[in-house]
Amino acid sequence: MSTLELRGVTKRYKKETVVDNVSITVANGETLVLFGPSGAGKTVLLRLIAGVVEPEEGQILIDNQNMTDVEAEHRGLGMAFQNFALFPHMSAFDNIASPLTVGKRSLEEIKTGVDKVAKLLKIDHVLDHAPRELSNGQKQRTSLARALAGSPPLLLLDDPLRNVDAKLRFEMRLELPLLLDAQGATVIYVTQDYKEAMALGQSIAVLAEGRIEQIGTPEQIYLTPKTLEIARLFGDPVINFYDVVGQRDETGVFVELSQQRLLLDESKAKCVDTPSVLGIRPESIKFVPQNSSNSIPITIEAETPLNEKIVTLAKTEGGREMLISRPSGTAGPATGKAFVKIDESALLLFDQVSGKNFVDPAQLNTEREFAA
Amino acid sequence: MEHQSKLETVLRGAALLLVVVFFMFPIFWIFLMSLQTNETILRVPPSINFEPTLRNYKALITGKLETSAASLEINFLQNLWNSVFLSVASVSLALLLGVPAAYAFARHKFKGSEDIAFTLLSFRFAPPLLVLLPLSLYFQKMGLANTYLGLIWVYQLICLPLILWIVRGYFEDISPDIEYAYRVAGHSWFSTFRKIALPLAGPGIAAAGLLAFIFAWNNFIFALVLASADKQPVTVGALAFITASGIQYGQIAAAIVMSIAPTLALALYAQKYLVEGLSLGAVKG
Repeated sequence: MSTLELRGVTKRYKKETVVDNVSITVANGETLVLFGPSGAGKTVLLRLIAGVVEPEEGQILIDNQNMTDVEAEHRGLGMAFQNFALFPHMSAFDNIASPLTVGKRSLEEIKTGVDKVAKLLKIDHVLDHAPRELSNGQKQRTSLARALAGSPPLLLLDDPLRNVDAKLRFEMRLELPLLLDAQGATVIYVTQDYKEAMALGQSIAVLAEGRIEQIGTPEQIYLTPKTLEIARLFGDPVINFYDVVGQRDETGVFVELSQQRLLLDESKAKCVDTPSVLGIRPESIKFVPQNSSNSIPITIEAETPLNEKIVTLAKTEGGREMLISRPSGTAGPATGKAFVKIDESALLLFDQVSGKNFVDPAQLNTEREFAA
Repeated sequence: MEHQSKLETVLRGAALLLVVVFFMFPIFWIFLMSLQTNETILRVPPSINFEPTLRNYKALITGKLETSAASLEINFLQNLWNSVFLSVASVSLALLLGVPAAYAFARHKFKGSEDIAFTLLSFRFAPPLLVLLPLSLYFQKMGLANTYLGLIWVYQLICLPLILWIVRGYFEDISPDIEYAYRVAGHSWFSTFRKIALPLAGPGIAAAGLLAFIFAWNNFIFALVLASADKQPVTVGALAFITASGIQYGQIAAAIVMSIAPTLALALYAQKYLVEGLSLGAVKG
């Protein structure tokens, strides 16, 4: 186990800044997910930590020791690459053994070490194969095994599930947390899949254009995304956005959607008379019987049944699109006109110009039910 | 390809034969010449009807050239040895210097690295005669004229850029992630170079080495100017057959056959690498 701390780490290529003043602290044994769209600088950040790329500014501390100028081979960490990066001219065994051949280990020790981790990852039957003879899933497991073989206290995983098929990705998403727990290592995990981020991370750092936009627990990020962009990235189906302007009268702060008032609590008061974006999660919209109070009439365009939920695409009377999600097995109209009601407590409001949430997640300490 | 008709097969075969004959005929003719005397070679019209003789090869190996006018001493075997030694030594030195340099150019974009790499390449397209005059003057002053060391040094103009540029492409083709993975696993950069980069660029290094060898072997002008008889390779040595009593076509042909034999053997042996290596390098943008 190790702690990791980044202090103002900046990396530029030519004039482009790919990692911009990033500071993170990861506690012993914690799993931090670096999440962001491609090109956000996640992989470069991981390489900076690994020591194969040098930062222009800032410090990288592992166990409170400054490692900024320490060569990659002396940082004592394990890393798995998105493209596996197996050594094509070595067998799977030699690939996995590569962290063990450093120093003075006997052949016997190396063999025991490789066998142990190979068994754990269920690839002990293909150890004598060359990487090109392995299936994609086996390659991925070999690359993970190689990262784990040296029992590194700090493990860097660069989107290891990106290049494997959906079935395997699902399996590994269940298996990985157990595996990482068993290792007891501190883990930095890079992904662009928000489900993976939510499933694996004890905390998530959202990166955009080289900067950390928000760090928090999966719940915090989902319920109080700092920006419109983060709200859009987290959630499937994607969140509904509507341009609104906040208003205030004697009943309080509200916005209007299809002539219906949606009441807001005082924390969102900044939206009054400001061009804002209203964010409504598809799962906080419920179908209601006709003419119930405060309901919004819609016209259903299409319905997509997914495994665990049914997603409906509808249009409001004003012609704005609306995605509605409900659990499978619950009743709801499939076509025609219908009415919906919106859960006002789960509304998100962003400044239209800056894209920032009117509620600063850092100041919010109310614990809300995790609604995913 | 499996649906090929018989006619197609025949036509394809004929076309291939035509190409082979076109390219191989000069070599085939030289081989025939090497087995004839000057008299039969110079017949008009030429004919392939002759009594084969090995006296040309015998003359080369014994070093005694009997002409109608006089008997001449030639030192063809020494020339052959010079060729082998100069080529092997030059290529070895060029590999020793060029492969690490290629790795540096491929992996580390330092200031001016492109300029240095391009300058090295420009040695290949500068006309050799341009550098020869000043070079021969310098070499005389420095005592390098007519030495193996001087020749091997000059041969770097041929070998080094070739090896550097071909091998560099190979190193660039290796995903840096593979090397990073080895570094992170706890290995030094040098051991990464040795255990990962070198084996993976192996076919390219072999191809570049072979090409450099062929170019060094075929070089004429540097050796002609900078070396005297006892250091000259076969390419220059063949001039000795232009004697006062006439041109010894038979011996020239035999000398050519003997001098292309080693490179041919090497090329055949390394053909797999050569084709693989060069085409891989070519596909790379």
